[in-house]
Amino acid sequence: MQTTRVRQAGALLLSLAVVAGACGDDKKKDTKTTTAVTTASAGTTASSGTTASAGTTASAGTTASAGTTASAGTTASAGTSAGSSSAGTTASSGTAAGGSGSAAAIAPIPTGVKCDAGIKIAFLGALSGDNGALGTNMINGAQIAFDEFNKANPDCQVTFDSKHDSQGAADQASPLADAIVGDAKVIGLIGPGFSGETKATMPKFEAAGLPMITPGATNAKLSTNGWKMFHRILANDDKQAPGVVSLITNVIKGKAVGVIDDASEYGKGLADSVRSGLAAMDVANATIDPKAGDYSAAITAMKDKNVDTIFYGGYYAEAAKLVKQIRDAGLKATFVSGDGSLDNGFIKNGGSATEGSYLTATGAPGDVNPAFQAAFKAKFNADPALYSPEAYDCARVFLAGIAAGKVTRADMAAFVASYDQPGITKQIKFDSTGEPSGNAVYYTIVKDGKLAGQGLIPG
Amino acid sequence: MTFSNFIEQFWPSTINGLVLGSIYALIALGYTLVYGVLRLINFANSEVFMLSAFGSFWALQILGVPYRLGNGDDPYKTGLALVGTLGFMMLVSMVVGGTVAMGLERIAYRPLRKRHAPRLVFLISAIGASFAMSEAVGEFGPRGRQEYGIQRVLQKRKVFSIFSADVRNDYIIVVVGALLMMTVLVLFVNRTRIGRGIRAVAQDMETARLMGVNVDRVILITFLVGGLMAGGAAFLYEIYNGTARNTLGFELGVKAFTAAVLGGIGNIKGALLGGIVLGIIENWGTAIFQSNQKMGSVVAFSVLVLVLMFRPTGLLGEALGRSKA
Repeated sequence: MQTTRVRQAGALLLSLAVVAGACGDDKKKDTKTTTAVTTASAGTTASSGTTASAGTTASAGTTASAGTTASAGTTASAGTSAGSSSAGTTASSGTAAGGSGSAAAIAPIPTGVKCDAGIKIAFLGALSGDNGALGTNMINGAQIAFDEFNKANPDCQVTFDSKHDSQGAADQASPLADAIVGDAKVIGLIGPGFSGETKATMPKFEAAGLPMITPGATNAKLSTNGWKMFHRILANDDKQAPGVVSLITNVIKGKAVGVIDDASEYGKGLADSVRSGLAAMDVANATIDPKAGDYSAAITAMKDKNVDTIFYGGYYAEAAKLVKQIRDAGLKATFVSGDGSLDNGFIKNGGSATEGSYLTATGAPGDVNPAFQAAFKAKFNADPALYSPEAYDCARVFLAGIAAGKVTRADMAAFVASYDQPGITKQIKFDSTGEPSGNAVYYTIVKDGKLAGQGLIPG
Repeated sequence: MTFSNFIEQFWPSTINGLVLGSIYALIALGYTLVYGVLRLINFANSEVFMLSAFGSFWALQILGVPYRLGNGDDPYKTGLALVGTLGFMMLVSMVVGGTVAMGLERIAYRPLRKRHAPRLVFLISAIGASFAMSEAVGEFGPRGRQEYGIQRVLQKRKVFSIFSADVRNDYIIVVVGALLMMTVLVLFVNRTRIGRGIRAVAQDMETARLMGVNVDRVILITFLVGGLMAGGAAFLYEIYNGTARNTLGFELGVKAFTAAVLGGIGNIKGALLGGIVLGIIENWGTAIFQSNQKMGSVVAFSVLVLVLMFRPTGLLGEALGRSKA
């Protein structure tokens, strides 16, 4: 009898533990962008031989004289993008490389800078946990900039303090923010990586007068708090919807559009903004229940209006199922979705039904700058992924400040506020609220079962 | 609310509801049979369905058609090869379903029954078993909690139209398959010796035992039959939808349980009626409310509440052999 009791209690405990485990698994709705993208695109693979050589040219140039380096690098990059455009998709590289207009030339790496030893630029973000891959993308991207700078400036070695792992959680970020603020050697911060932790820690950076530039926090409300130290290098979530609308009307040239959402805060928010952007059209609307596996009712609504383009606001798992069922229903409409679907899982689960789908993001694609891509690949043996190019641009802003002799927090803050130079993702310039000058939204096309054929959305 | 949408989408909604409802109905049988015999809600039935769905995957892997990782053309089959492949998938799914359901009875229920545990304990045991199975697949499955996409062997195509609605070949397989399985089940319960045993135990377990019915065996067979139906449902779902994940059971289990209650839990024909009615009303509700699937569920459950207010035992009432309350 005693043993039975014990056994029953054990069974009950086990089931309780299992219940607890089940409750904790679904984290995908926390941060808006849980997507880790490895953009091993067809275009990239094709041009990797040439980019590698472009990379070596650039680094060889770096040691000699910096002024020419950048131009050498960019010439090479222009060459490769032209090559990949002929090999790959038509729309992609021409616009992608020239993100901020005509010239793809980025600000040169400063040389001959002398500064005090021990100057630090810190990073704060997720390096482990569910979204650890995204934070790693960021520090790796930034690291390239520090390596270039330190190599070109033997008399000014800047330390990249990248050990602060918040796991993307606001509560873990707070004490780390205190540590960063308390370190007088830190004059600039790359991060925090995500919106939640930025909201939680920003008052500390504001109080300390520590300028920060985030490469990944895209919540639109962050810039409305009057924070002087807040800067972000990519367009916020509200800007994605106009990008989607422009993509549908100008690139895809959709005539009859359907918009489907998953009723989540992110998915419905994005879909509703797209709906209002397309208000002039008679848009077919539907909402799916992401917990259900069958979306035939939504697809019936799309078929009823005979749509040629479908936008889905939601995450990749449902997007994959949805696109499959759309194709099963014999509907050939172009499938478009946002950064929630920008994940290789979309292709893995959706298979050939995803072919030709468009996915948008405010983050630049990994191959936005071939020279950067080559340097990244040489160091990390992987292609730059989501937010790597943004982090590189963040680092370049601070390094330019150090080169200009801005080695106090106050000087650096003023320098960042007035910065206006071309970066690899766009012209880097912040308005008074810390938002970037350009509202670049990029798209990626699924081609031959890969995320490929990136481009900048016009408008 | 837009009734114009509803009118335009009436036929496609009805067809889709019928297809999904057939799958609900087959899963609902697992709940209804066990309830009829044991007066126990076997919440783990949904996980029997989920594991059976993975059974269809394993069947394809055994045949050398692994699940898809990345793109590539689907290995469509035709003629005898198609029939053979589908038949093997169905067989494996049903074997998995039947085995898991019987194992469940032996591990999670029989020990409790031997100790005359209170009814609530069975319920907890069922929920615990359900979570354990779902989480085990999530933790130890080759792709964890991610979704599995099955390789297609049946090329889906339109066969004919009813008014504005396309009827695809997979729709026909699902509906005909479900009806066939139900017919076989009804014949089995009403015409065979074992079926008589099931009805006897459902009417009065003690008397049946005194009359020489091997109650434990009957209960095991009841679970087996419920598992076979869940297995068949899983096969049909994979033909129709082609995806599975560790939470699949929960997604469809709630609907199937609702269908069982709507039709009259304990009533085999009620499960069929409840499943199809639920499937169709859900789709109609979605069409009425701007194609919002969540509203479809709201409508379906509102209808359930209304039906239960006027017919507390469901549309057809309980009737797996008894009228006892």
